[in-house]
Amino acid sequence: MSVQSDAPQGAEPTHFAFDEDSERQIATVLAKYPPERKASGVLPLLYIVQKQMGRATGSAWIPRVAMDVVAERLEMAPIRVYEVATFYLMFNTTPIGRYHLQVCTTTSCWLRGSDDVTAACKAATGITSFGETSKDGLFTLTEVECLGACSNAPILQVDDDYYEDLDGPRTLELIEALRRGERPTPGPTIARMACAPAGGRKVLREDAVQKPQGQE
Amino acid sequence: MVKVTVDGIPVEVAAGSSALQACEAAGKEIPRFCYHERLSVAGNCRMCMVEVSGGRKPVASCGFPINEGMQIFTDTEVVRRARRAVMEFLLINHPLDCPICDQGGECDLQDQAFGYGADHTRYHENKRAVTDKYLGPLVKTVMTRCIQCTRCIRFSTEIAGVPELGGISRGENLEITNYVEKALTSELSGNLIDICPVGALTSQPYAFTARSWELKRTDSIDVCDAVGTNIVMQARGAAVLRIVPRINDEVNEEWLADKGRFVVDGFRRRRLDRPWVRVDGRLQPASWQDAFATIATRLKDVPGQRIGAIAGDMCDAESMMALKDLMETLGSPNIDCRQDGAKYDTSRRDFYTFNTGIAGIEDADALLIVGSIPRQEAPVLNARIRKRYLAAGRGGFPIGMIGAPNADPTYAVDVLGQGPDALAALADGTHPFADVLAGAKKPMIIVGHGALTRPDGQAIARACWDLAAKVGAISPDWHGFNVLHTAASRVAGLDLGFLPGPQGRDVAGMLDGGVDVLWLLGADEFPTDRIGPETFVVYQGHHGDAGAARADVILPGTLYAEKPGTYTNTEGRVQEAFRAVMPPGDAREDWRILRAFSEVAGRKLPYDTLEALRARMVQASPVFGHAAWSRHGTSDTTAPDAGTVPVSDAPLRPVISDYYLTHAVCRASPTMETCSGIYVHPAIEAAE
Repeated sequence: MSVQSDAPQGAEPTHFAFDEDSERQIATVLAKYPPERKASGVLPLLYIVQKQMGRATGSAWIPRVAMDVVAERLEMAPIRVYEVATFYLMFNTTPIGRYHLQVCTTTSCWLRGSDDVTAACKAATGITSFGETSKDGLFTLTEVECLGACSNAPILQVDDDYYEDLDGPRTLELIEALRRGERPTPGPTIARMACAPAGGRKVLREDAVQKPQGQE
Repeated sequence: MVKVTVDGIPVEVAAGSSALQACEAAGKEIPRFCYHERLSVAGNCRMCMVEVSGGRKPVASCGFPINEGMQIFTDTEVVRRARRAVMEFLLINHPLDCPICDQGGECDLQDQAFGYGADHTRYHENKRAVTDKYLGPLVKTVMTRCIQCTRCIRFSTEIAGVPELGGISRGENLEITNYVEKALTSELSGNLIDICPVGALTSQPYAFTARSWELKRTDSIDVCDAVGTNIVMQARGAAVLRIVPRINDEVNEEWLADKGRFVVDGFRRRRLDRPWVRVDGRLQPASWQDAFATIATRLKDVPGQRIGAIAGDMCDAESMMALKDLMETLGSPNIDCRQDGAKYDTSRRDFYTFNTGIAGIEDADALLIVGSIPRQEAPVLNARIRKRYLAAGRGGFPIGMIGAPNADPTYAVDVLGQGPDALAALADGTHPFADVLAGAKKPMIIVGHGALTRPDGQAIARACWDLAAKVGAISPDWHGFNVLHTAASRVAGLDLGFLPGPQGRDVAGMLDGGVDVLWLLGADEFPTDRIGPETFVVYQGHHGDAGAARADVILPGTLYAEKPGTYTNTEGRVQEAFRAVMPPGDAREDWRILRAFSEVAGRKLPYDTLEALRARMVQASPVFGHAAWSRHGTSDTTAPDAGTVPVSDAPLRPVISDYYLTHAVCRASPTMETCSGIYVHPAIEAAE
């Protein structure tokens, strides 16, 4: 589990303001709550901040100045925003790489070879342990708990996308593709449709219907 | 009322009470860390486990609602084991540093571990460590000791009204912090020290000074503001080492403002501990006899009209009584206890006291504040306003303010105007807030010294009274006209009539050569540079400050910690303080100095004992005779005198510019000096 801490010195920008994209999203979010309860919008707003930082700087994280901007927008005490932003591990309170590699290492994924995925990630990026960012600033590797896609274990979540049914070599390929600036289609990396059985349908197949004994 | 049984003892408690309150009512002590009577219920320490009938598991009693006929068991094997288990978890990460912890001896965790702690640990991993946080110059943090009860978060959010503390991260990484390295901006931050059940938040100035069991405790009254906060002076040997609040639900509940708490290190600095006499322009040490003789010689042949006396803001009623009597025997009508030049109609007591009462604020349903910033003038009283504001819910307790606040008042206020012209708009009903006041059942108006110290102060007070009478704030069972004082001695001074007699001069009249001999009783808060160059000044007081610097004779008096004294707070509540320590050096109790001098001057005052002096006080004002203060109303709405100066439209100004440096004792206190630098003059601090 990654440990939350304040951003390293110098990383904190001096200023943050929502861009047009974000403002549009904020309007949609705030429309859902009565004006005196707009503090309820703190989670979506923090997410909007993180996305905007990703768009603008290539590092999707939430600097403290942005939390203050959210607090001001929602008329709540800044500390209440800090509490929320640091509670949820999906919010990055320190700068991350362009691609956020989140390896699931919970039981199902681990049984299905998440150790190989982790090792591949480390080998491909030069990262030595979870929580680090690669020297080229492209990748940050994080260990996450169950992503809820156990049938496609092991999973590597890159930013918002799930890459499923991975093994070591395919993880290496994926990371190389990301490095080239490509975004491979998310989903299973093997011949499989979503979470349908691997290797094709196993049941309800016309050709496999066995006629009961004694009937010709 | 609901009937429940606690360990077989039947008790009746109010509906909506928690199981813990029922247990308390039955006299059962329930261990707790996070629960605090004056804060919201968090229910996160799990120490207050009890069993209830029909329940399968033990429950946390602090958040468990009672119902009719419920049976509660506080001392079963299940309960004991549950509490032991909770304690074991708490101690997993709590350091075993009691020998170097300032909380040692008064630590809830220590005490309760005595009852529920195991004799050894079963935990062999590393304990967690947490970085200490910076919360300003008053509160020291050792965050590794924190058990995350969240009392401090709730206190700062609910009582102090400065939501700056919070819990960041989660699980094992949860930390109590303000997240930004910034001093807490509250005048009540010292209470965090009391409220913390462990040694995570302790007093910075008091760090490593003494153990709680070494201290001698003496009940006293805080004189740093006019709230009359009940305090305990804790002394070792000749020095008061710390001041903590004493519970009095009528006055301060269990809070104490930072100035009253941390001023203590000014008690022994810059003290006047021997008499001084100015010889050839320089102050020389002298004996009491010489000092008295010098004054007596100077007083000879000076007519009473040319003698004056000014009483300071921290004087006890006894010394003011003695000085008043002394001046009377000298034939002087020139006495004044209003250093700030405030104007009152003193013909009736409710013209100059806080009639609603501090606890009465909780019954009010609308409030108008005129020329006062309660947060700085009376932080504890301000907490009561905030309590009412929170209890009433959104918009339930509308608060109007005339004169813009210079800091967040900690509750929503409607600033009605900058100057007293807003009062006229309220009186003729043109301002919408007039309807709020008129619609309220128990409206109250607070008039502060931002208004009363102006030339038109009496006219503003009159306008406020008229408004109060008009909106029904003055009735036989409710008195909504309130004067919020800033000086602890003021109400007692007014009660005793420490005011200019017929043809007497007030403070302004005594300056610029208005009198030939001027007796200052702890008076430093007036323009001492305007005392006429020919005026002979006697300064009787405890700290070398503005008054002593100008004095021709200095008589070393005593601090409030060093004398038994009577103080009347802004409500008019008469309270008694006791002597905690002896005065330093040759300093003497103030009334005794005056009594001794009267003999040298050949005008002996008629009392030799404190009891006799107090009997004289009762004679001067019967309020000193009956100790109990009670809420009152009045059917007599006759308005106070409006004075001679009509109301002007000049904006109302705050009366306190620097909360931390308002009197001689805090100006001698290094802690208060630091606070002033950090909170009031941050720019100067940064430039250094």
